[in-house]
Amino acid sequence: MSSEHATAHKPVMSPFTIVAGIVLILGALVTVLRFTGGLAATTNLSDYNPWGLWIGFDLLVGVALAAGGFVTSAAVYIFGMKRYHSAVRPAILTGFLGYALVVFALHYDVGQPWRLPYPFIVQSGTTSLLFEVGACVALYLTVLFIEFTPAPLEWLGFKRVRNLVVKLTMLLTILGVILSTLHQSSLGALFLIAPSKLHPLWYSGYLPVFFFVSAIIAGLSMVIFEGGLAHKYFHDKMDETHLREKEDVAFGFAKAAAWVLAGYFSIKVIGVAVDNNWSYLATGYGAWFLVELLGFVALPCFLYAVAVRDHNMSLVKYTAGWTVLGIVVNRLNVSLVAFNWHLPSSERYFPHWMEIVISLFIVTIGVLVFRFIVTRMPIMHEHPDYHGEH
Amino acid sequence: MEYHFNTLHDFMVYTKGVVYILILAILIGFVAFWSFLNGRDPDRKPE
Amino acid sequence: MSISRRRFLGWMGAAGMGVTLGRSARAAGPKTFPGYPESVGVLFDSTLCIGCRRCEAACNKVNHLPPPERPFDDLTVLEEPRRTRWDSYMVINKYYPNGRENPPAYGRMGCNHCKEPACASACFVRAFAKEPTGAVTYDETVCVGCRYCMIACPFEIPTYEYHKVLAPRISKCTLCQPRLLKGLLPGCVEACPTEALTFGKREDLIRSAHQRFRMHPGRYMEHIYGEHEMGGTNWLYLSGVPFAEIGKREDLGTRAAPEFTAGALAAVPLVVGLWPVLLTGIYAISRRKEKMADEERTAAVADAVAKTQAASDEKLSAAMEKAKKEKESAVEGAVKKALEEAEKARKAEMAEAEKTETPEAGAGEKAGKDSEEGA
Ligand code: SF4
Ligand code: SF4
Ligand code: SF4
Repeated sequence: MSSEHATAHKPVMSPFTIVAGIVLILGALVTVLRFTGGLAATTNLSDYNPWGLWIGFDLLVGVALAAGGFVTSAAVYIFGMKRYHSAVRPAILTGFLGYALVVFALHYDVGQPWRLPYPFIVQSGTTSLLFEVGACVALYLTVLFIEFTPAPLEWLGFKRVRNLVVKLTMLLTILGVILSTLHQSSLGALFLIAPSKLHPLWYSGYLPVFFFVSAIIAGLSMVIFEGGLAHKYFHDKMDETHLREKEDVAFGFAKAAAWVLAGYFSIKVIGVAVDNNWSYLATGYGAWFLVELLGFVALPCFLYAVAVRDHNMSLVKYTAGWTVLGIVVNRLNVSLVAFNWHLPSSERYFPHWMEIVISLFIVTIGVLVFRFIVTRMPIMHEHPDYHGEH
Repeated sequence: MEYHFNTLHDFMVYTKGVVYILILAILIGFVAFWSFLNGRDPDRKPE
Repeated sequence: MSISRRRFLGWMGAAGMGVTLGRSARAAGPKTFPGYPESVGVLFDSTLCIGCRRCEAACNKVNHLPPPERPFDDLTVLEEPRRTRWDSYMVINKYYPNGRENPPAYGRMGCNHCKEPACASACFVRAFAKEPTGAVTYDETVCVGCRYCMIACPFEIPTYEYHKVLAPRISKCTLCQPRLLKGLLPGCVEACPTEALTFGKREDLIRSAHQRFRMHPGRYMEHIYGEHEMGGTNWLYLSGVPFAEIGKREDLGTRAAPEFTAGALAAVPLVVGLWPVLLTGIYAISRRKEKMADEERTAAVADAVAKTQAASDEKLSAAMEKAKKEKESAVEGAVKKALEEAEKARKAEMAEAEKTETPEAGAGEKAGKDSEEGA
C-alpha cells in the first residue's frame, strides 16, 4: 500500500495501518471461505432472511453514501454553483469508488456472481425493480469512471484524451443525475413488492421518493464529512483554491442539507398520515421509528441550521457524521430491522461475524484506494498544466 | 401488433421491454436534438 | 399452449373431475388479465388431511430430492413447525387451534402457484414463468442467485441452496409441471389417501369448494384461501378453523404482486423523458444568469474605466488650461509690467535726463527679474 508516501513523516506502523492490515488479512481469509464453502459457511442467511448485511449495508448504504458524486457535480455544473468547484473531483472519486465497491460486494452476495451480466445479455426481467437498479448501477459506474478519468489522465499526461473527456462533462453530469434519480429511488422501490413483510411504518408507497431524497442528504453530508477527514489527513495535498473553497463548500452544503432534511422530515410524516399508521407509533417499533425520525432526521436538520447560522465549522462536521449515521440506520431498518418483523425472534436475522468482516474489508479497501489515488493524482489540487481551466 | 396477454405479468414484461428500448432511444434522441437545437447558437461555448 | 388438448383431458379424467367443455367467459376489458383460462391447480382440504405425510414422501420421490434425515413415516416430525427447504418443496404442519387436548388441524406449506407470481415479477432474469398449465416454473440455467424472489414471495416459499458453492439454485414446488406435461397427476395428489388433495381446473376446484360448503354446513370457514389472495393462486385451501390457525396469513390482501411495483416502474420512463429537459433548462438558466452577470460586470468595468479616463482627461486639460492661462497671464503681466516699467523708466529717464541722471540701472534690473518669475 501507499503508506510510505502518505505517512512518510509518521511512524512506520500507524494505528490505522495496523487495523487496516488486520481487516485485510481477515477479509482475505473469509473471502477464501466464501468461495470455497458457499454462503452457508460465511453468512447467517436463511430461507426466511435471504438478504443480510451484504445487501443492507454494502448495497443499500453503499449506494446512498456514494451519492455525493451526482449531488456535487449537479450543483456545480447544472445549477452553476461554480464556487464549489474544488469539491467536484473528490466527490466524483468517492462516488466512483463507492459504486465500484458495491459491485464488488455483490459478487460475494449473489449465488453465481459470474452470471451478474445475465440480465442484460441473456434474458431481461423487465418487470423487476432489481433489473432497473442493475442497469442503472452498471451504467452509472461507467459514467462515474469516465467522469473520474481526467484526474489519472492528467497524472499520466495524456492531454488529448483528457481534453476530450472534459468536453463531455455536461452530458455525463446530466446522465449521472438521471441514472442516480432512477436507481437511488429504485433501491427503495425494491421493497414495494413485499408489503406483508416490511413493517407498516417503513413500508410506504413513497419508499422510492424517501430513498431518493435521503440519498441527496447522504450525498451532501458525505461531502462535508469526507471534506473534514481529508482536511485532517491530506492537508498537504490540497492547493490554495481547495483550502479556500472548503469552508464555503461545507457551509453551503450544510445549508442545503438542512433544507432537504426539512423536506424529508415532512414527507416522512406525510407517509405515516396517508397510510394512517399513527397507532403503530405507540409500539416498540414505533419508538424506534421515532428515534430515526426525530434523532436522525429532525435533529441533524436543526443542528445544521444552527451551525450555519453560527458559522460553526466543527458543528457542521459533527452533524454531517451524525446524518451519515442516520442514513445507515434508515437503510438497515428498511432491509433488516423492520423487514420480517412479523416473524418470531428465532427466525430473525443477525449478521454472522464473517459478514461483518467482509463489509469492513470492503470499506477498508475503499479507504486505501482513495488514499492511494489522492496522494498521487490531482484530486484535491489542480494539475499545474490545467490551472483554472475546468 | 396484436398480442394477447393472459396475465398482468406477461403484459408488463412486454410493455416494460418496449419502454426500456424507448428509454435508450429517448436518451440518444435528446443528445441529437440538443445539438441540433443549439447548432447555430452564436454564443455557444464548446462543451 | 404447449400441452395438447388430449393430455389435458387425461388429467381431468385422472382427477375424477367432470370436464367442462364450455369455454369460460373471459373478461373483455383491455387491461384485465383473467389468467390462463384452462389452468389447473390443487385444492387442499384441511378437514380431510390426516397428517400422514405421504404427500411429502411422494413429492420427495417424484422430484428426486435427497432422502430426509428422519423417514417420512416418522410422524413425530410434525410436532415441530417446519418450512419449505431446498430439499423439501412442501411440508405438512400440525396445529392445535383448540388446544392440545382437541384434535389437531393440518396445514400445507408450499408454492401456491400464484396467478400473478410475485417471484416472477421480482426476478431480473425472468427465471420464473407462469405456464399455461398454471404451474410457476423456475429455470435454473439463468438464475443469478440474487434471492430477490425470496424477498418478494408473500408466502415465503422459494428456498435457496446456501450450502452449495458452485451452482446454488432456488428450489420450490413445480406443481409437477414435468408430470403434467406427460399427462400424470402431481405426485402429492396421487399419493394422498384421503382426497385431502384434489387436482383439477382451477375454476372447477372453486366450484367444488362451494359445493362442499353447501353440503357440509358448519364444517368449513366458507372461504377459499387462494381464490383472491394476492390476486389469486392455483393452489386453493379449505379449512375448518381460521386460516391463520393453520399457518396461512390472512392479511395479504387481494392485490396481485405486480400491482405494487407498477407505479414505481411507470415512473422510470417519466424521469428519463423529463429530467433531461428540466436539467438542461436549469443549466441554461444558470448559464444565462452567469452570462448576464458576466456582461454586467464587463460593462461596469468598461464604464468605470471610461469614466475615470474621462475624469482624468478633464482634470488634466483643466490643469493644463489653467497652467496655460497662468503662464499667459504671467507673461502678459510681466511683459506689461516690464513695458510699464520700461515706460516709466523712460519717462523718468527722460525726466531725469532733463533734470539729473541717477536711477536708470536699478529700474532696468527689477523689470528683468519680474518677467523671469512669470515664465
Ligand atoms: S407462492 Fe411464492 S413462489 Fe409460489 S408462485 Fe407465488 S410468489 Fe412464486
Ligand atoms: S434468485 Fe434467481 S430466480 Fe430468484 S430472483 Fe434472483 S435470479 Fe431470479
Ligand atoms: S405438486 Fe409436485 S412438486 Fe408440488 S408439492 Fe406436489 S408433488 Fe411436490
